[in-house]
Amino acid sequence: MAARTLYDKLWDAHLVQQRDDGSALIYIDRHVIHEVTSPQAFEGLRLANRKPWRVDSVVATPDHNVPTTSAERASGVAGIEDSVSRIQVQTLDDNCDEFGIVEFKINDRRQGIVHVVGPETGACLPGMTVVCGDSHTSTNGALGALAHGIGTSEVEHVLATQCLVAKKMGNLLINVDGQLGEGVTPKDVVLHICGVIGTAGGTGYAMEFGGQVFRDMSMEGRLTVCNMSIEAGARAGMVAVDQITLDYVKGRTYSPKGAKWDMAVENWSDLHSDSDAVFDKVVEIDGADIMPQVSWGTSPEMVLPVSASVPNPVDESDPVKREGIERALEYMGLTAGQKITDIKVDRVFVGSCTNSRIEDLRAAADVVKGKTVAASVKQALIVPGSGEVKLQAEEEGLDKIFVAAGLEWREPGCSMCLAMNADKLGNGEHCASTSNRNFEGRQGYGGRTHLVSPAMAAAAAIAGHFVDVRDL
Amino acid sequence: MKSFTQVKGLAAPMDRANVDTDLIIPKQFLKSIKRSGFGPNLFDELRYLDEGQPGVDCSGRSVNVEFPLNFERYKGAGVLLARENFGCGSSREHAPWALDDYGFRAVIAPSFADIFFNNCFKNGLLPIVLSDEVVEQLFGEMYAAEGYALSIDLDAQTVTTPAGEAFAFEVDEFRKHCLLNGLDDIGLTLNESGAITAYEAKRRVSAPWLFDVVK
Repeated sequence: MAARTLYDKLWDAHLVQQRDDGSALIYIDRHVIHEVTSPQAFEGLRLANRKPWRVDSVVATPDHNVPTTSAERASGVAGIEDSVSRIQVQTLDDNCDEFGIVEFKINDRRQGIVHVVGPETGACLPGMTVVCGDSHTSTNGALGALAHGIGTSEVEHVLATQCLVAKKMGNLLINVDGQLGEGVTPKDVVLHICGVIGTAGGTGYAMEFGGQVFRDMSMEGRLTVCNMSIEAGARAGMVAVDQITLDYVKGRTYSPKGAKWDMAVENWSDLHSDSDAVFDKVVEIDGADIMPQVSWGTSPEMVLPVSASVPNPVDESDPVKREGIERALEYMGLTAGQKITDIKVDRVFVGSCTNSRIEDLRAAADVVKGKTVAASVKQALIVPGSGEVKLQAEEEGLDKIFVAAGLEWREPGCSMCLAMNADKLGNGEHCASTSNRNFEGRQGYGGRTHLVSPAMAAAAAIAGHFVDVRDL
Repeated sequence: MKSFTQVKGLAAPMDRANVDTDLIIPKQFLKSIKRSGFGPNLFDELRYLDEGQPGVDCSGRSVNVEFPLNFERYKGAGVLLARENFGCGSSREHAPWALDDYGFRAVIAPSFADIFFNNCFKNGLLPIVLSDEVVEQLFGEMYAAEGYALSIDLDAQTVTTPAGEAFAFEVDEFRKHCLLNGLDDIGLTLNESGAITAYEAKRRVSAPWLFDVVK
């Protein structure tokens, strides 16, 4: 057989039918659902009098709309103050109950952000196809899975047929060799990649992350990197299965056990690109060139090392790009040539499907331990990605470190990443955020997002402005 | 799904690159459990001078008179002219729902983000990729002439300007077939349910852990 990439192998293993017109039917192993992109899909099923094809392939949890204060969480769905949010969460509960779908409800300890919950529970596994009505489904590719976001019509399609109509994407390899410097994290790696290839650099491709840097990276770090594949334009990102993957997956609640585990491991041993596999496009990056990153603009590709200065539009020759820089500077309230370390932060957010796992919280706690949040910072939120992460952090005493330093310790959910609940930026406020998107208005109307790693966000909370975490 | 065969529509501009789905329809409107009614909030943060809220009538809000879709000459537009990487960001199908509800039947750009591109076809909205040069030309002609309308023929795969200049575009055969005929692709897939069942039967043997029940 011809040499194949990891994506080729995952595609081949899930191909139900190749049609003459170039489209194909791809089988979906795991369908993850949240409250925002599913109600219209369930309504579609009801209107057409259809039933889910394989109900036990579906796992649901509410995340986008859930409040994160313990007071508002205390009485469950009924206690959600925003009535529109409450109806949406209640609708997910009702739909899951009606169709018999397993749901980790609002105060279940397994509840959390879909892309944290999937890998953490073992509901998402190597070799699977995973879809969810959410573009950050690419996160699961870190397990060696083919995982990507879909729209609501496709949610309905997968519910009804267990398949997607798809066309094979191209193969893109992001190869990062060498070693990362001290204080440089997986978030910095993926922000750097967005800066290098641009926000449309991966459009039309499945993106594999290869090279020494990813071989050395923890599973949680790989989840962070694959999470932001979509920010570089690629629907799916992935990393080959290795011992780090197996050590992470083994023993999780829904991971295979006993003889099935042995059979699965044997099956997963092929989940890597063959050494002579050919990619349609390869991007080479030296790990040593990557510095702690801060985004300055309104697209994830508008990112720079913390030591840099905000760009000057006159240096850009392409008129469309120049206008983009001018517009971003105006929206962000920055001046050309301003040093990144001179940008003051009003709020700090550590959380989101990108950076809300236990290693992220440990990294933030390391920085703030024994220190105090700057008086000029209005609010610093720590929002764990799931109930399990929250309990683990509390066992390790991280919550006490955060609270002692003046940060708020919250209940799990998407929170200020996209501000569908009460956690949001005020007009014109700057935020050091560990989330994934710095689009206009993303974290609140008129809010100004700067994407950073958990350690860099924590450092900004203490200093009141961006600082190089390596200088602390 | 409504079908798409031929459309003649007034063109309107969205003249910036990397228009993301948060800009097309901000997150607070995603709390709706319906798939209609998003039109008044399309590009909400650009169209209005205040922050929009779900369920609030937009007729009393202060309008941003500098935003082109608010210009008299673009009222009733059916074709959106856009720049590269249109629709990047989240998978929210609310973005094509909002464009459709506003009255757009097609979006023309040099490139689109993958998920948005896919979502359009499910809603009778046609995303058309034309080269940078052609898109630049269309922008120029549109700005120069009020009432500039483009004719789109999906069957012939052409966009024709008022002067009669026609540009060809590519479209997947399957998507074209579904759009021309307004077909429900779930129904089409279920016609192949035998193949799906056969695949599952094989997989249950070769990878049984994939069928373990989550509870």
